[in-house]
Amino acid sequence: MSLLFHGRETTPKVRKQSLWQRIRGGFTNHIRQILASLGELWRTPLASIMTIAVLGLSITLPSTLYILVKNSSQVTAGWGQAGEISLYLKEQTTLEQANGTLLSVRLMTEIADVELITAEQALLDFEAQSGLTNTLSYLDENPLPHVLVVTPKREHLAPTAAEHLLERLERLTHVDFGKLDIEWLKRLTAILSIASDIVWIIALLLCISVVLIIGNTIRLNILNQREEIIVMKLVGATDNFIRFPFLYTGIWYGLLGGLMAWFLVVFILWWIQSGIEALAELYQADFVLSGLDLTALTVILGLAVMLGLLGSYISVQKHIKEIEPK
Amino acid sequence: MIKFANVSKTYSGGQIALQKVNFEVKAGEMAFLTGHSGAGKSTILKLISLMERPSVGEVFINGHDLNQLRRKDIPYVRRDIGMIFQSHQLLMDRTVFDNVALPLVIEGYSRKHIVRRVSAALELVGLRNKQELSPKTLSGGEQQRVGIARAIVNNPPLLLADEPTGNLDPKLSLEIFHLFEQLNNRGMSIFIATHDLGLIARMKHRTLTLNQGRMIEDALQEDMFGVTTKLPGDMR
Ligand SMILES: Nc1ncnc2c1ncn2[C@@H]1O[C@H](COP(=O)(O)OP(=O)(O)OP(=O)(O)O)[C@@H](O)[C@H]1O
Ligand SMILES: [Mg+2]
Repeated sequence: MSLLFHGRETTPKVRKQSLWQRIRGGFTNHIRQILASLGELWRTPLASIMTIAVLGLSITLPSTLYILVKNSSQVTAGWGQAGEISLYLKEQTTLEQANGTLLSVRLMTEIADVELITAEQALLDFEAQSGLTNTLSYLDENPLPHVLVVTPKREHLAPTAAEHLLERLERLTHVDFGKLDIEWLKRLTAILSIASDIVWIIALLLCISVVLIIGNTIRLNILNQREEIIVMKLVGATDNFIRFPFLYTGIWYGLLGGLMAWFLVVFILWWIQSGIEALAELYQADFVLSGLDLTALTVILGLAVMLGLLGSYISVQKHIKEIEPK
Repeated sequence: MIKFANVSKTYSGGQIALQKVNFEVKAGEMAFLTGHSGAGKSTILKLISLMERPSVGEVFINGHDLNQLRRKDIPYVRRDIGMIFQSHQLLMDRTVFDNVALPLVIEGYSRKHIVRRVSAALELVGLRNKQELSPKTLSGGEQQRVGIARAIVNNPPLLLADEPTGNLDPKLSLEIFHLFEQLNNRGMSIFIATHDLGLIARMKHRTLTLNQGRMIEDALQEDMFGVTTKLPGDMR
């Protein structure tokens, strides 16, 4: 009995907690609520897993696509940099003339490197690669032209700049025509940019639906705990005290869903890795799938937590005020 | 502690629950509120605990005009009012201990402090041995006592009770009323709505009587024979 009255003011008055008491009490409450909300998920494992799975799966799809698109743009960027222009010289061009052209090309400022592959050398290469020997003995003359392999400087590698350069090179005297295999690159770049737009749109739509799903789950939680909320308000709980467990639940959904998405992305990429590498080999590119680093993990988790929090916040803002003791 | 100034309450459905009610309960006082069913007893308690707002007039708690109170301050005023409800308002999926601990948890007290206080409160209502049970498994009277323990656990300056002995047998009712007296002796202001006139008669306390929303009597219960003495006007 006496214990119960310990610390009571002699003149009863409405006690407002001091700032320090509020901060300390608030801190204790937050720790309790963070753990309690996790326990709450544990109490209804099936429902929780479903919500987490929805969140996880919804984030997995755009994340995987994003990483794939990002990787392909990196690869194609790499291809662009290795890009060369092959200048085929006219048939009658002599070796001296070819060397002259080589020199004038080398003097151009846009050029990083230029190499002459003579007709003879080209034929030897052809024989070596095809396995056909003594080709020349069947032919009256070497049908191959001299070729200048031009490597433009980095800043002239972008598709349009490279095309301008090509036009200039083609105007040189002994040049028959030049070849810049850029169309497919342009197409690929365009496709990739569309793909990346689509990924963003899918991601946006999925994120919105995740927010709605979490919001609805939290709304149901709030309605289920209506009685409890009323009692808590009656004994002096602030709106925030009631609000936070639901927000923490949202954050937990996000965190667990994000982890799930991460593992799924890792698994999916591992699954398709060998296929991608085989594909890359066709283009003779050294290719390692990248993007599964700490940054990606942080982004995925951060995004998932944001979505969970946003969904629960919307729900909590709307529904907790409405529940009042009567 | 409590002051009603010309308070009228009409519910949104048009039911007139209170008409021009004036009274004051001073700090440290213990008073009963009685009247027929539907007289407006619960309405008065709901106005004090901010569950309803007066249609006309002012309610003061410790000098706070409740009409002026900002929404976000309501919880802090409620923490100073222990409330015992007609319907117990317990959380059935939590233990007795957790129910009683709720007001302390809300204020963010340490676990140690909470255990001490809850044990003391449960001791007081004789339910120490049932603290780990769910209120579901308790009798109506036991549930009522859990509600009482929760109302007094943070030692509020004011205790409100709406039919606190509604489900209790006469012996237990008397015990509970004696408990209220003990609490009152320690300085807690106590305001109890009840129509248990027998009990009121046994205890010599101020009794306010409502009839159809009007305060018709404010008297000191002098003895057990139903003889009442009107209080001098300045004590109302
Ligand atoms: N929420 C409400 N909405 C509309 N009318 C109400 C509401 N609560 C109470 N009333 C009306 O107000 C009047 C007073 O009700 P109140 O609950 O205060 O009576 P009471 O004295 O507590 O009765 P009891 O002894 O039965 O508990 C009654 O006529 C009742 O119908
Ligand atoms: Mg009532």
